[in-house]
Amino acid sequence: MTRASRRRAGRTLFYLLVVAIIVYTVFPFYWAVVSSLKTGQQLFGTDLVPSAPTFDNYVSVFREQPFLTNIINSLIVAGSTVLVCLALSVSAAYALGRVRFRGRGTILMLILAVSMFPQVAVLTGLFELVRWAGLYNQLGSLIVSYMIFTLPFSVWVLTTFMRELPRELEEAAIVDGARPWQILVRVFLPLLGPALATTGLLAFIAAWNEFLFALTFTLTNEVRTVPVAIALISGATQFDIPWGNIMAASVVVTVPLIILVMIFQRRIVSGLTAGAVKG
Amino acid sequence: MTVATSTPARAARTAAPARSALSRQRIRAAWLFLLPMLLVLALVAGWPLVRTVALSFTDATLKADRPSRLVGFDNYLFYGPNRGDWDDKLGGYYVFYDPKGANLVWKPEEGRFWDIDQNKPVDYDVDTSGIFSWQGLLVDPVWWRSVGNTVLFAAISVTIETILGLVIAMTLNAHLPGRGLLRAAVLIPWAIPTIVSAKMWGWMLNDQYGVINEVLLSLGVITHRIAWTAEPGLSMASVIAVDVWKTTPFMTLLILAALQMLPGEVYEAAKVDGVRPWRVFTRITLPLIWPALMVAILFRALDALRVFDLIYVLTSNSINTMSMSVFARQQSIDFQNMGFGSAASTLLFLIIAVLAALWMVAGRVRFDR
Repeated sequence: MTRASRRRAGRTLFYLLVVAIIVYTVFPFYWAVVSSLKTGQQLFGTDLVPSAPTFDNYVSVFREQPFLTNIINSLIVAGSTVLVCLALSVSAAYALGRVRFRGRGTILMLILAVSMFPQVAVLTGLFELVRWAGLYNQLGSLIVSYMIFTLPFSVWVLTTFMRELPRELEEAAIVDGARPWQILVRVFLPLLGPALATTGLLAFIAAWNEFLFALTFTLTNEVRTVPVAIALISGATQFDIPWGNIMAASVVVTVPLIILVMIFQRRIVSGLTAGAVKG
Repeated sequence: MTVATSTPARAARTAAPARSALSRQRIRAAWLFLLPMLLVLALVAGWPLVRTVALSFTDATLKADRPSRLVGFDNYLFYGPNRGDWDDKLGGYYVFYDPKGANLVWKPEEGRFWDIDQNKPVDYDVDTSGIFSWQGLLVDPVWWRSVGNTVLFAAISVTIETILGLVIAMTLNAHLPGRGLLRAAVLIPWAIPTIVSAKMWGWMLNDQYGVINEVLLSLGVITHRIAWTAEPGLSMASVIAVDVWKTTPFMTLLILAALQMLPGEVYEAAKVDGVRPWRVFTRITLPLIWPALMVAILFRALDALRVFDLIYVLTSNSINTMSMSVFARQQSIDFQNMGFGSAASTLLFLIIAVLAALWMVAGRVRFDR
């Protein structure tokens, strides 16, 4: 085999690998989309492209259950979680990223430990707290409990971003006699726009996808968030699961996420790796 | 991993010019800035953790129709009659029936049995009666099965994800046209909610109408439809396969970030010396990304050890795939046995903490590169 042909064979193999990776990662979602457009007997066939696509499944998923309410619930919960979480973590990140003080390393380690925490370990204690606060079966219970995984992560990522900003900015403000609060709001906040967007997006996705707390702290259909609603879609019998509806609901909640991820690809990658590898 | 602790020098320079009143004021402000976040974390993480551990020493139920009492380590281990025979109507004693047909209760504070029909104490040899046995979480076979399931799941899925993540990351790291497309494709499984991916795969793996059975049948690989998520020997493999699909992207991104920080000169030198690609990988790439790899594996393993959503949706409460989290939630919420469930949660927390500590020692994971 000549050198050139060997290189060509290598390149072909390489592209085959790329195609295999793309098929592997994309096909399951593609199949969900295809299935959501099929009804009746078609649903059980293996056509890669539906011969007569219909939106019946989409109509029925919104008609047969309060799916729109579930989506609104998820939006409220994820949106509020992001706002509260960013407000709390931006000031904490300023303290951790810009000021040197005793105990800072300990706090950072503590935050890292909480972010790796198994959520089930606090389930009963949190349940008790939620019920005591009168938040059981209310969206508030989810916003409060989601702090447990969004807050440590956001503080961590924002601290890494905060540390990378030039210190001259801050020095100038200190010389001008600015107070720490003013430095944070006037100097750093405008510069943190991209970092806040990244962190907020990651926190939003985490809150949107959360299942364990949402399943445990809500009871009625009208208070459920999207993941719980999808998990609990059931048919008349065990053998009558409405797969078409489930796939339609899955596509409805996933498409916005995929679009967000495609638009903010670079940011998400940098945020994720800042949160894990660099941070 | 570079944590703030690793760059004290820079922070020290910031503070150096005006150590004194200004810096004291800054430190005070810093604590004020931290306070809200710390308070919230204490409320939603610290306090519930303490309460969960405390509840594990009680017989609390979810219904809360009676005050819960301290039971010591009974939820973990005790020698006594079966807990299922608890009876409130009889003053909260354990009730059981002896082989001769008498209804007996055990009165702990008196340390002997009572015949409730005749209302008098009975002499009953605890050790030979066979009514007493070791009870509690530590001797519960279902719990240990779920611990085994979880560890098996975490070990296999993280291993596969690491290897696959390395392959995909190295592919992404190669400068080829259409790299953006590949990265976008890789991010799709990450963006899909776990519930949705569990449902999608549940549909594809469906025993009656699943596309995977159809394709394998038509290729002649299998001769009859397989219940992938229900058959005891296959359900764990299915769960692992779905987890690998869902979380390999995360691993890929972390490894890719490490790969992109590698110095190019080393590879130039290796190329000039004519080192074979496999040797380049094992002798240069792998040692250089090792610290990052260990951290990535730790993150993924901690995530895998607390697995809940995927198993709950894909195989519900099947004993073949039940994880520690599924067990703990089932006990405390579905069976309303908060005390016992809290004991499971506490033990789960300890097991994961010990495994994480072992990994950090064995893999020499340091958080301050």
